Amino acid sequence: MNEPLITARSLVKKFGDLVAVDEIDFDVEQGEAFGFLGPNGAGKTSSMRMIGCVSPTTSGRLEIFGLSPTADGRAIRARIGVVPQMDQLDNELTVLENLVIYARYFDIPRDVARARAAELLEFVQLTERKDDTVDPLSGGQKRRVSIARSLISEPELMLLDEPTTGLDPQARHVLWDRLYQLKERGATLVLTTHYMDEAEQLCDRLVVMNGGKIVAEGSPRNLITTYATREVLEMRFGRGHNEEHVSEVSQVGERVEILPDRLLVYAHDGEGALATLRERNIIPESALVRRSSLEDVFLRLTGRTLVD
Amino acid sequence: MFYRRIWKSNLVGAFFQPVLYLLGIGLGVGALVDQGPNSAAVLDGFSYFAFYSSALIATMAMFTASQEALWPTMDGFQWSHAYRAMTSTPIAPRDVATGLTIFYAAKTTVGAIGVAVVLAFFDETRSWGLIGAVPAGVLTGLAFAVPLAAWTSSRTTPDSFPPILRFIIIPMFLFGGAFYPIEQLPDWLEPVAWVTPLWHGVELARGSILQTLPEGRGLLHVGVLCAYIVLGWMACVVTFERRLNP
Repeated sequence: MNEPLITARSLVKKFGDLVAVDEIDFDVEQGEAFGFLGPNGAGKTSSMRMIGCVSPTTSGRLEIFGLSPTADGRAIRARIGVVPQMDQLDNELTVLENLVIYARYFDIPRDVARARAAELLEFVQLTERKDDTVDPLSGGQKRRVSIARSLISEPELMLLDEPTTGLDPQARHVLWDRLYQLKERGATLVLTTHYMDEAEQLCDRLVVMNGGKIVAEGSPRNLITTYATREVLEMRFGRGHNEEHVSEVSQVGERVEILPDRLLVYAHDGEGALATLRERNIIPESALVRRSSLEDVFLRLTGRTLVD
Repeated sequence: MFYRRIWKSNLVGAFFQPVLYLLGIGLGVGALVDQGPNSAAVLDGFSYFAFYSSALIATMAMFTASQEALWPTMDGFQWSHAYRAMTSTPIAPRDVATGLTIFYAAKTTVGAIGVAVVLAFFDETRSWGLIGAVPAGVLTGLAFAVPLAAWTSSRTTPDSFPPILRFIIIPMFLFGGAFYPIEQLPDWLEPVAWVTPLWHGVELARGSILQTLPEGRGLLHVGVLCAYIVLGWMACVVTFERRLNP
Protein backbone atom coordinates (compact mmCIF):
# COMPACT_ATOMS: atom_id res chain seq x y z
CA MET A 1 0.00 0.00 0.00
CA ASN A 2 1.31 3.40 -0.92
CA GLU A 3 1.46 6.30 1.48
CA PRO A 4 -1.80 8.27 1.45
CA LEU A 5 -1.72 11.31 -0.83
CA ILE A 6 -3.26 13.47 1.86
CA THR A 7 -3.13 12.92 5.61
CA ALA A 8 -4.95 15.09 8.12
CA ARG A 9 -4.86 14.60 11.88
CA SER A 10 -6.69 16.79 14.39
CA LEU A 11 -6.88 19.45 11.72
CA VAL A 12 -8.34 22.74 12.95
CA LYS A 13 -9.19 25.98 11.19
CA LYS A 14 -10.37 28.99 13.15
CA PHE A 15 -11.32 32.44 11.90
CA GLY A 16 -11.14 34.52 15.07
CA ASP A 17 -13.59 32.85 17.43
CA LEU A 18 -15.33 30.91 14.71
CA VAL A 19 -14.23 27.29 14.47
CA ALA A 20 -14.71 26.38 10.82
CA VAL A 21 -12.96 23.00 10.96
CA ASP A 22 -12.91 21.24 14.30
CA GLU A 23 -10.26 18.53 14.74
CA ILE A 24 -10.88 16.39 11.69
CA ASP A 25 -8.91 13.29 10.64
CA PHE A 26 -8.91 11.80 7.16
CA ASP A 27 -6.69 10.18 4.56
CA VAL A 28 -7.01 10.36 0.81
CA GLU A 29 -5.43 7.53 -1.14
CA GLN A 30 -3.81 7.74 -4.53
CA GLY A 31 -6.33 7.36 -7.35
CA GLU A 32 -9.51 7.62 -5.33
CA ALA A 33 -12.35 10.07 -5.58
CA PHE A 34 -12.88 11.47 -2.11
CA GLY A 35 -15.78 13.69 -1.16
CA PHE A 36 -16.63 16.16 1.55
CA LEU A 37 -20.39 16.15 1.88
CA GLY A 38 -22.16 18.64 4.06
CA PRO A 39 -24.47 21.63 4.25
CA ASN A 40 -23.23 25.18 3.71
CA GLY A 41 -20.98 26.27 6.54
CA ALA A 42 -20.00 22.71 7.48
CA GLY A 43 -16.31 23.43 6.90
CA LYS A 44 -15.91 21.81 3.49
CA THR A 45 -14.45 24.79 1.68
CA SER A 46 -12.14 25.66 4.58
CA SER A 47 -10.81 22.11 4.49
CA MET A 48 -10.30 22.34 0.74
CA ARG A 49 -8.47 25.65 1.01
CA MET A 50 -6.11 24.21 3.59
CA ILE A 51 -5.39 21.27 1.29
CA GLY A 52 -4.87 23.73 -1.57
CA CYS A 53 -2.27 25.55 0.54
CA VAL A 54 -4.08 28.88 0.29
CA SER A 55 -5.20 28.96 3.90
CA PRO A 56 -2.84 28.27 6.79
CA THR A 57 -3.92 25.58 9.25
CA THR A 58 -4.67 26.75 12.78
CA SER A 59 -3.46 23.54 14.39
CA GLY A 60 -3.11 19.83 13.76
CA ARG A 61 -1.15 17.99 11.12
CA LEU A 62 -1.73 18.17 7.38
CA GLU A 63 0.46 16.55 4.75
CA ILE A 64 -0.04 16.55 1.01
CA PHE A 65 2.31 14.35 -1.07
CA GLY A 66 4.15 13.89 2.23
CA LEU A 67 4.94 17.63 2.27
CA SER A 68 3.85 20.32 4.69
CA PRO A 69 1.74 23.20 3.36
CA THR A 70 3.57 25.68 5.58
CA ALA A 71 7.03 24.84 4.34
CA ASP A 72 6.32 23.61 0.81
CA GLY A 73 3.14 25.40 -0.23
CA ARG A 74 4.57 26.40 -3.60
CA ALA A 75 5.79 22.89 -4.41
CA ILE A 76 2.46 21.36 -3.40
CA ARG A 77 0.42 23.89 -5.38
CA ALA A 78 2.52 23.10 -8.45
CA ARG A 79 1.14 19.53 -8.34
CA ILE A 80 -2.51 20.38 -7.66
CA GLY A 81 -5.28 21.46 -10.02
CA VAL A 82 -7.96 23.62 -8.46
CA VAL A 83 -11.51 24.13 -9.69
CA PRO A 84 -12.89 26.85 -7.44
CA GLN A 85 -16.46 27.18 -6.26
CA MET A 86 -16.98 30.28 -8.36
CA ASP A 87 -15.28 30.47 -11.72
CA GLN A 88 -12.25 32.74 -11.60
CA LEU A 89 -11.75 33.02 -15.31
CA ASP A 90 -10.55 36.13 -17.07
CA ASN A 91 -13.75 37.11 -18.84
CA GLU A 92 -12.10 39.49 -21.28
CA LEU A 93 -9.73 36.87 -22.64
CA THR A 94 -10.52 34.01 -24.98
CA VAL A 95 -10.96 30.47 -23.77
CA LEU A 96 -7.57 29.49 -25.19
CA GLU A 97 -5.79 32.51 -23.69
CA ASN A 98 -7.23 31.69 -20.28
CA LEU A 99 -5.60 28.28 -20.44
CA VAL A 100 -2.29 29.40 -21.87
CA ILE A 101 -1.80 32.27 -19.45
CA TYR A 102 -2.71 30.06 -16.51
CA ALA A 103 -0.05 27.61 -17.71
CA ARG A 104 2.50 30.42 -17.49
CA TYR A 105 1.89 30.62 -13.73
CA PHE A 106 3.27 27.08 -13.60
CA ASP A 107 6.22 28.09 -15.75
CA ILE A 108 5.03 25.81 -18.52
CA PRO A 109 6.59 26.86 -21.84
CA ARG A 110 4.17 28.58 -24.19
CA ASP A 111 4.31 25.98 -26.97
CA VAL A 112 3.75 23.11 -24.53
CA ALA A 113 0.86 25.07 -23.04
CA ARG A 114 -0.72 25.56 -26.45
CA ALA A 115 -0.51 21.89 -27.31
CA ARG A 116 -1.98 20.85 -23.95
CA ALA A 117 -4.70 23.49 -24.16
CA ALA A 118 -5.81 22.16 -27.54
CA GLU A 119 -6.06 18.63 -26.13
CA LEU A 120 -7.91 19.75 -23.02
CA LEU A 121 -10.43 21.81 -24.94
CA GLU A 122 -11.10 18.73 -27.02
CA PHE A 123 -11.61 16.80 -23.78
CA VAL A 124 -14.13 19.29 -22.40
CA GLN A 125 -15.76 19.65 -25.83
CA LEU A 126 -15.04 23.32 -26.26
CA THR A 127 -12.65 23.24 -29.20
CA GLU A 128 -14.98 25.26 -31.42
CA ARG A 129 -15.26 27.98 -28.76
CA LYS A 130 -11.52 28.37 -28.19
CA ASP A 131 -11.24 31.81 -29.78
CA ASP A 132 -14.36 33.22 -28.14
CA THR A 133 -14.09 35.36 -25.05
CA VAL A 134 -15.24 33.65 -21.87
CA ASP A 135 -17.88 36.18 -20.92
CA PRO A 136 -20.78 35.00 -23.14
CA LEU A 137 -20.31 31.30 -22.36
CA SER A 138 -22.97 29.46 -20.36
CA GLY A 139 -22.40 28.44 -16.75
CA GLY A 140 -21.71 24.84 -17.72
CA GLN A 141 -19.27 25.86 -20.43
CA LYS A 142 -17.42 28.19 -18.08
CA ARG A 143 -17.17 25.41 -15.56
CA ARG A 144 -15.69 23.18 -18.25
CA VAL A 145 -13.14 25.89 -19.08
CA SER A 146 -12.25 25.98 -15.37
CA ILE A 147 -11.76 22.22 -15.37
CA ALA A 148 -9.63 22.32 -18.51
CA ARG A 149 -7.60 25.13 -16.99
CA SER A 150 -7.00 23.23 -13.77
CA LEU A 151 -5.70 20.29 -15.82
CA ILE A 152 -3.17 22.32 -17.81
CA SER A 153 -0.39 21.58 -15.31
CA GLU A 154 -1.12 17.81 -15.44
CA PRO A 155 -1.88 17.75 -11.71
CA GLU A 156 -1.54 14.64 -9.58
CA LEU A 157 -4.41 15.78 -7.42
CA MET A 158 -7.54 17.71 -8.33
CA LEU A 159 -9.52 19.80 -5.87
CA LEU A 160 -13.08 20.55 -6.96
CA ASP A 161 -15.14 22.80 -4.74
CA GLU A 162 -18.83 22.24 -5.49
CA PRO A 163 -18.13 21.53 -9.14
CA THR A 164 -21.75 21.50 -10.31
CA THR A 165 -23.47 24.00 -8.01
CA GLY A 166 -25.69 26.28 -10.03
CA LEU A 167 -25.64 24.22 -13.22
CA ASP A 168 -28.66 22.81 -15.00
CA PRO A 169 -29.17 19.01 -14.98
CA GLN A 170 -27.84 18.48 -18.47
CA ALA A 171 -24.66 20.47 -17.79
CA ARG A 172 -24.17 18.52 -14.57
CA HIS A 173 -24.28 15.23 -16.41
CA VAL A 174 -21.76 16.38 -18.99
CA LEU A 175 -19.48 17.46 -16.18
CA TRP A 176 -19.89 14.25 -14.23
CA ASP A 177 -19.05 12.31 -17.33
CA ARG A 178 -15.80 14.26 -17.79
CA LEU A 179 -14.87 13.87 -14.12
CA TYR A 180 -15.63 10.17 -14.31
CA GLN A 181 -13.27 9.88 -17.26
CA LEU A 182 -10.57 11.65 -15.28
CA LYS A 183 -11.07 9.19 -12.47
CA GLU A 184 -10.78 6.28 -14.87
CA ARG A 185 -7.45 7.66 -16.05
CA GLY A 186 -6.20 7.41 -12.48
CA ALA A 187 -6.53 10.99 -11.28
CA THR A 188 -7.06 11.56 -7.58
CA LEU A 189 -10.12 13.75 -7.07
CA VAL A 190 -11.11 15.53 -3.91
CA LEU A 191 -14.44 17.28 -4.13
CA THR A 192 -16.97 19.01 -1.96
CA THR A 193 -20.65 18.91 -2.62
CA HIS A 194 -23.98 19.30 -0.98
CA TYR A 195 -25.66 17.20 -3.62
CA MET A 196 -26.21 13.62 -2.55
CA ASP A 197 -26.56 12.34 -6.10
CA GLU A 198 -23.22 13.91 -7.00
CA ALA A 199 -21.50 12.23 -4.07
CA GLU A 200 -23.10 8.90 -5.00
CA GLN A 201 -22.11 9.25 -8.64
CA LEU A 202 -18.54 10.36 -8.21
CA CYS A 203 -17.13 9.43 -4.82
CA ASP A 204 -15.45 6.17 -3.90
CA ARG A 205 -15.34 7.32 -0.33
CA LEU A 206 -16.65 10.32 1.49
CA VAL A 207 -16.88 12.04 4.80
CA VAL A 208 -20.03 13.75 5.98
CA MET A 209 -19.29 17.06 7.67
CA ASN A 210 -21.51 19.04 9.96
CA GLY A 211 -20.56 21.99 12.13
CA GLY A 212 -16.86 21.62 11.37
CA LYS A 213 -16.72 17.97 12.38
CA ILE A 214 -16.69 14.72 10.44
CA VAL A 215 -19.80 12.84 11.51
CA ALA A 216 -19.46 9.77 9.28
CA GLU A 217 -17.06 8.24 6.82
CA GLY A 218 -17.26 5.45 4.26
CA SER A 219 -18.29 4.56 0.74
CA PRO A 220 -21.71 5.84 -0.34
CA ARG A 221 -23.09 2.29 -0.26
CA ASN A 222 -21.63 1.65 3.17
CA LEU A 223 -23.02 4.81 4.63
CA ILE A 224 -26.45 3.98 3.30
CA THR A 225 -26.43 0.49 4.81
CA THR A 226 -25.07 1.75 8.10
CA TYR A 227 -27.24 4.79 8.58
CA ALA A 228 -30.40 3.98 6.65
CA THR A 229 -32.60 1.03 5.79
CA ARG A 230 -32.92 -0.56 2.39
CA GLU A 231 -36.08 1.33 1.49
CA VAL A 232 -37.85 4.49 2.43
CA LEU A 233 -41.58 5.06 2.43
CA GLU A 234 -42.53 8.70 1.89
CA MET A 235 -46.05 9.67 2.90
CA ARG A 236 -48.00 12.91 2.80
CA PHE A 237 -51.01 13.40 5.02
CA GLY A 238 -51.51 17.03 4.11
CA ARG A 239 -50.07 20.07 5.82
CA GLY A 240 -50.38 20.01 9.59
CA HIS A 241 -51.61 16.42 9.67
CA ASN A 242 -48.30 14.63 9.34
CA GLU A 243 -47.43 14.71 13.05
CA GLU A 244 -50.73 13.13 14.12
CA HIS A 245 -49.73 9.89 12.48
CA VAL A 246 -46.20 9.57 13.81
CA SER A 247 -46.91 7.09 16.58
CA GLU A 248 -48.94 4.74 14.35
CA VAL A 249 -46.47 4.99 11.52
CA SER A 250 -43.41 4.37 13.68
CA GLN A 251 -44.74 0.89 14.46
CA VAL A 252 -44.20 -0.27 10.87
CA GLY A 253 -40.66 1.04 10.33
CA GLU A 254 -37.35 1.19 12.08
CA ARG A 255 -37.33 4.94 12.20
CA VAL A 256 -39.51 7.87 11.22
CA GLU A 257 -38.29 11.23 10.03
CA ILE A 258 -40.72 14.18 10.20
CA LEU A 259 -40.27 16.76 7.49
CA PRO A 260 -42.46 19.86 7.13
CA ASP A 261 -44.38 18.35 4.22
CA ARG A 262 -44.06 14.60 4.66
CA LEU A 263 -43.12 11.64 6.82
CA LEU A 264 -40.22 9.36 5.92
CA VAL A 265 -40.46 5.83 7.19
CA TYR A 266 -37.26 3.80 7.10
CA ALA A 267 -38.10 0.16 6.56
CA HIS A 268 -36.56 -2.89 4.97
CA ASP A 269 -39.73 -3.42 2.95
CA GLY A 270 -41.46 -0.15 2.10
CA GLU A 271 -44.41 -1.66 0.22
CA GLY A 272 -45.03 -4.07 3.09
CA ALA A 273 -45.05 -1.22 5.59
CA LEU A 274 -47.51 0.71 3.47
CA ALA A 275 -49.78 -2.32 3.14
CA THR A 276 -49.75 -2.80 6.92
CA LEU A 277 -50.74 0.82 7.45
CA ARG A 278 -53.58 0.51 4.94
CA GLU A 279 -54.87 -2.56 6.79
CA ARG A 280 -54.98 -0.41 9.91
CA ASN A 281 -56.96 2.15 7.98
CA ILE A 282 -54.21 4.76 7.89
CA ILE A 283 -54.44 6.16 4.39
CA PRO A 284 -51.98 8.89 3.33
CA GLU A 285 -52.88 11.42 0.63
CA SER A 286 -49.96 10.12 -1.33
CA ALA A 287 -47.26 7.54 -0.78
CA LEU A 288 -44.02 6.63 -2.52
CA VAL A 289 -41.55 3.84 -1.89
CA ARG A 290 -37.94 4.39 -2.95
CA ARG A 291 -34.51 3.02 -2.24
CA SER A 292 -32.73 4.95 0.46
CA SER A 293 -29.99 7.31 -0.65
CA LEU A 294 -27.24 9.41 0.82
CA GLU A 295 -29.87 12.05 1.38
CA ASP A 296 -31.32 9.85 4.10
CA VAL A 297 -27.90 9.29 5.64
CA PHE A 298 -27.40 12.99 5.58
CA LEU A 299 -30.73 13.74 7.23
CA ARG A 300 -29.96 11.30 9.97
CA LEU A 301 -26.45 12.57 10.58
CA THR A 302 -26.88 16.29 10.38
CA GLY A 303 -29.30 16.59 13.23
CA ARG A 304 -32.82 16.69 11.86
CA THR A 305 -35.56 15.56 14.25
CA LEU A 306 -35.27 11.83 14.75
CA VAL A 307 -38.10 9.66 16.03
CA ASP A 308 -37.12 6.06 16.62
CA MET B 1 7.88 33.35 -11.28
CA PHE B 2 6.14 35.25 -13.96
CA TYR B 3 3.01 37.20 -13.49
CA ARG B 4 1.36 38.27 -16.65
CA ARG B 5 -1.50 40.36 -17.58
CA ILE B 6 -2.77 41.61 -20.86
CA TRP B 7 -3.87 45.15 -21.15
CA LYS B 8 -4.67 47.54 -23.90
CA SER B 9 -2.54 50.58 -23.38
CA ASN B 10 -4.42 53.63 -24.30
CA LEU B 11 -1.86 55.37 -26.46
CA VAL B 12 -4.26 57.99 -27.69
CA GLY B 13 -5.00 59.00 -24.12
CA ALA B 14 -1.34 59.08 -23.26
CA PHE B 15 -0.78 61.84 -25.82
CA PHE B 16 -4.07 63.62 -25.87
CA GLN B 17 -4.41 64.34 -22.17
CA PRO B 18 -1.04 66.04 -21.65
CA VAL B 19 -1.62 68.15 -24.74
CA LEU B 20 -4.90 69.36 -23.25
CA TYR B 21 -3.28 70.21 -19.95
CA LEU B 22 -0.40 71.92 -21.68
CA LEU B 23 -2.53 74.09 -23.87
CA GLY B 24 -5.14 74.80 -21.22
CA ILE B 25 -2.92 75.70 -18.33
CA GLY B 26 0.64 75.99 -19.60
CA LEU B 27 -0.15 78.40 -22.37
CA GLY B 28 -3.32 80.02 -21.04
CA VAL B 29 -2.34 80.63 -17.43
CA GLY B 30 1.26 81.03 -18.52
CA ALA B 31 0.40 84.08 -20.60
CA LEU B 32 -1.00 85.77 -17.50
CA VAL B 33 1.74 84.70 -15.10
CA ASP B 34 4.64 85.66 -17.28
CA GLN B 35 3.37 89.24 -17.33
CA GLY B 36 3.64 89.40 -13.53
CA PRO B 37 6.39 91.75 -12.30
CA ASN B 38 8.42 89.20 -10.31
CA SER B 39 7.47 85.99 -12.06
CA ALA B 40 10.98 85.47 -13.39
CA ALA B 41 12.38 85.58 -9.86
CA VAL B 42 9.83 83.12 -8.48
CA LEU B 43 10.16 80.69 -11.37
CA ASP B 44 13.97 80.76 -11.48
CA GLY B 45 13.96 82.60 -14.77
CA PHE B 46 11.86 80.03 -16.59
CA SER B 47 8.59 80.77 -18.32
CA TYR B 48 5.45 79.49 -16.63
CA PHE B 49 4.95 77.10 -19.52
CA ALA B 50 8.33 75.50 -18.90
CA PHE B 51 7.76 75.44 -15.17
CA TYR B 52 4.33 73.86 -15.34
CA SER B 53 4.80 71.47 -18.21
CA SER B 54 7.97 69.99 -16.75
CA ALA B 55 5.91 68.77 -13.78
CA LEU B 56 3.40 67.02 -16.02
CA ILE B 57 5.27 63.73 -16.26
CA ALA B 58 5.02 63.36 -12.50
CA THR B 59 1.41 64.50 -12.09
CA MET B 60 0.15 62.40 -14.99
CA ALA B 61 1.98 59.38 -13.63
CA MET B 62 0.38 59.95 -10.25
CA PHE B 63 -3.11 59.95 -11.77
CA THR B 64 -2.58 56.97 -14.07
CA ALA B 65 -0.97 54.78 -11.46
CA SER B 66 -3.35 55.71 -8.64
CA GLN B 67 -6.41 54.94 -10.73
CA GLU B 68 -4.88 51.62 -11.71
CA ALA B 69 -4.27 50.68 -8.09
CA LEU B 70 -7.90 51.36 -7.15
CA TRP B 71 -10.72 49.96 -9.30
CA PRO B 72 -8.82 47.59 -11.61
CA THR B 73 -6.91 46.17 -8.64
CA MET B 74 -10.12 45.76 -6.64
CA ASP B 75 -11.43 43.77 -9.59
CA GLY B 76 -8.67 41.22 -9.18
CA PHE B 77 -9.35 40.82 -5.47
CA GLN B 78 -13.08 41.14 -5.26
CA TRP B 79 -14.90 40.87 -8.55
CA SER B 80 -13.10 38.56 -10.97
CA HIS B 81 -11.05 36.86 -8.24
CA ALA B 82 -8.17 36.77 -10.71
CA TYR B 83 -5.60 36.96 -7.91
CA ARG B 84 -7.21 34.05 -6.15
CA ALA B 85 -6.92 32.01 -9.31
CA MET B 86 -3.24 32.97 -9.53
CA THR B 87 -2.47 32.03 -5.96
CA SER B 88 -3.93 28.56 -6.37
CA THR B 89 -0.91 27.93 -8.60
CA PRO B 90 2.74 28.03 -7.48
CA ILE B 91 2.36 31.83 -7.43
CA ALA B 92 2.20 33.23 -3.90
CA PRO B 93 0.56 36.47 -2.70
CA ARG B 94 3.95 38.20 -2.55
CA ASP B 95 4.47 37.36 -6.23
CA VAL B 96 1.15 39.01 -7.00
CA ALA B 97 2.42 42.13 -5.18
CA THR B 98 5.60 42.11 -7.24
CA GLY B 99 3.71 41.41 -10.46
CA LEU B 100 1.31 44.27 -9.83
CA THR B 101 4.24 46.60 -9.14
CA ILE B 102 5.78 45.64 -12.47
CA PHE B 103 2.43 46.11 -14.17
CA TYR B 104 1.95 49.60 -12.67
CA ALA B 105 5.51 50.46 -13.74
CA ALA B 106 4.84 49.31 -17.30
CA LYS B 107 1.60 51.22 -17.52
CA THR B 108 3.15 54.40 -16.07
CA THR B 109 6.14 54.09 -18.38
CA VAL B 110 3.87 54.19 -21.41
CA GLY B 111 2.12 57.28 -20.04
CA ALA B 112 5.38 59.01 -19.09
CA ILE B 113 6.89 58.38 -22.51
CA GLY B 114 3.72 59.84 -24.02
CA VAL B 115 4.13 63.05 -22.06
CA ALA B 116 7.87 63.18 -22.80
CA VAL B 117 7.21 62.91 -26.54
CA VAL B 118 4.70 65.76 -26.35
CA LEU B 119 7.13 67.92 -24.36
CA ALA B 120 9.82 67.26 -26.96
CA PHE B 121 7.76 69.27 -29.44
CA PHE B 122 8.22 72.47 -27.45
CA ASP B 123 11.48 74.42 -27.49
CA GLU B 124 11.34 75.25 -23.81
CA THR B 125 11.07 71.69 -22.62
CA ARG B 126 13.05 69.90 -25.33
CA SER B 127 16.11 68.50 -23.58
CA TRP B 128 17.92 65.24 -22.92
CA GLY B 129 16.56 65.60 -19.43
CA LEU B 130 13.25 64.29 -20.76
CA ILE B 131 14.84 60.85 -20.81
CA GLY B 132 15.66 61.11 -17.12
CA ALA B 133 12.20 62.47 -16.39
CA VAL B 134 10.53 59.27 -17.60
CA PRO B 135 11.92 57.11 -14.77
CA ALA B 136 11.19 60.00 -12.40
CA GLY B 137 7.57 59.79 -13.51
CA VAL B 138 7.51 56.02 -13.11
CA LEU B 139 8.91 56.28 -9.57
CA THR B 140 6.28 58.90 -8.75
CA GLY B 141 3.50 56.69 -10.08
CA LEU B 142 4.71 53.68 -8.12
CA ALA B 143 5.08 55.74 -4.94
CA PHE B 144 1.30 56.17 -5.15
CA ALA B 145 0.14 52.94 -6.72
CA VAL B 146 2.01 50.45 -4.55
CA PRO B 147 0.82 51.80 -1.16
CA LEU B 148 -2.67 52.26 -2.60
CA ALA B 149 -2.71 48.61 -3.75
CA ALA B 150 -2.11 47.59 -0.14
CA TRP B 151 -5.12 49.67 0.85
CA THR B 152 -7.27 48.27 -1.97
CA SER B 153 -6.47 44.69 -0.98
CA SER B 154 -7.79 45.35 2.50
CA ARG B 155 -11.16 46.61 1.21
CA THR B 156 -14.18 44.74 -0.09
CA THR B 157 -15.93 47.73 -1.67
CA PRO B 158 -14.62 50.70 -3.65
CA ASP B 159 -16.50 53.18 -1.42
CA SER B 160 -13.31 54.76 -0.13
CA PHE B 161 -11.83 55.34 -3.59
CA PRO B 162 -13.53 58.59 -4.60
CA PRO B 163 -12.60 60.24 -1.26
CA ILE B 164 -9.01 59.07 -1.76
CA LEU B 165 -8.93 60.83 -5.11
CA ARG B 166 -10.74 63.88 -3.77
CA PHE B 167 -8.93 64.38 -0.49
CA ILE B 168 -5.46 62.93 -1.14
CA ILE B 169 -4.63 62.85 -4.83
CA ILE B 170 -6.26 66.10 -6.01
CA PRO B 171 -4.92 68.21 -3.07
CA MET B 172 -1.43 66.93 -3.80
CA PHE B 173 -1.92 67.86 -7.41
CA LEU B 174 -2.92 71.37 -6.33
CA PHE B 175 -0.43 71.90 -3.49
CA GLY B 176 2.45 69.61 -4.45
CA GLY B 177 4.44 72.12 -6.44
CA ALA B 178 3.01 71.34 -9.85
CA PHE B 179 1.41 74.74 -10.43
CA TYR B 180 3.74 76.96 -8.43
CA PRO B 181 6.86 76.53 -6.29
CA ILE B 182 5.88 75.34 -2.81
CA GLU B 183 7.77 78.30 -1.36
CA GLN B 184 4.66 80.24 -2.36
CA LEU B 185 2.59 78.24 0.13
CA PRO B 186 1.97 79.58 3.64
CA ASP B 187 4.95 78.63 5.81
CA TRP B 188 3.00 76.11 7.88
CA LEU B 189 1.87 74.24 4.77
CA GLU B 190 5.29 74.03 3.18
CA PRO B 191 6.60 71.13 5.35
CA VAL B 192 3.49 69.14 4.44
CA ALA B 193 4.52 69.32 0.80
CA TRP B 194 7.99 68.00 1.70
CA VAL B 195 6.63 64.65 2.80
CA THR B 196 4.23 64.13 -0.09
CA PRO B 197 5.54 61.86 -2.81
CA LEU B 198 4.22 64.14 -5.51
CA TRP B 199 6.45 67.07 -4.57
CA HIS B 200 9.54 64.85 -4.76
CA GLY B 201 8.40 63.49 -8.12
CA VAL B 202 7.64 66.93 -9.49
CA GLU B 203 10.99 68.32 -8.35
CA LEU B 204 12.79 65.34 -9.84
CA ALA B 205 11.04 65.52 -13.21
CA ARG B 206 11.29 69.29 -13.42
CA GLY B 207 14.90 69.33 -12.30
CA SER B 208 15.74 66.73 -14.91
CA ILE B 209 13.99 68.48 -17.79
CA LEU B 210 15.12 72.02 -16.97
CA GLN B 211 18.47 70.75 -15.71
CA THR B 212 18.26 72.71 -12.49
CA LEU B 213 18.64 69.87 -10.01
CA PRO B 214 21.56 69.91 -7.61
CA GLU B 215 22.99 66.40 -7.46
CA GLY B 216 22.36 65.71 -3.78
CA ARG B 217 18.77 66.87 -4.02
CA GLY B 218 18.08 64.46 -6.87
CA LEU B 219 19.26 61.53 -4.79
CA LEU B 220 17.14 62.69 -1.88
CA HIS B 221 14.01 62.78 -4.09
CA VAL B 222 14.75 59.35 -5.55
CA GLY B 223 15.34 58.04 -2.04
CA VAL B 224 12.01 59.33 -0.70
CA LEU B 225 10.08 57.93 -3.67
CA CYS B 226 11.83 54.58 -3.34
CA ALA B 227 11.00 54.54 0.38
CA TYR B 228 7.30 54.95 -0.44
CA ILE B 229 7.53 52.12 -2.97
CA VAL B 230 9.45 49.72 -0.73
CA LEU B 231 7.26 50.38 2.32
CA GLY B 232 4.19 50.07 0.11
CA TRP B 233 5.40 46.75 -1.26
CA MET B 234 6.06 45.44 2.23
CA ALA B 235 2.55 46.49 3.24
CA CYS B 236 1.21 44.71 0.14
CA VAL B 237 2.97 41.48 1.08
CA VAL B 238 1.19 41.54 4.44
CA THR B 239 -2.24 42.65 3.22
CA PHE B 240 -2.22 40.42 0.09
CA GLU B 241 -1.32 37.42 2.24
CA ARG B 242 -4.13 38.24 4.64
CA ARG B 243 -6.59 38.72 1.80
CA LEU B 244 -5.70 35.80 -0.43
CA ASN B 245 -4.65 33.21 2.16
CA PRO B 246 -7.01 33.83 5.08
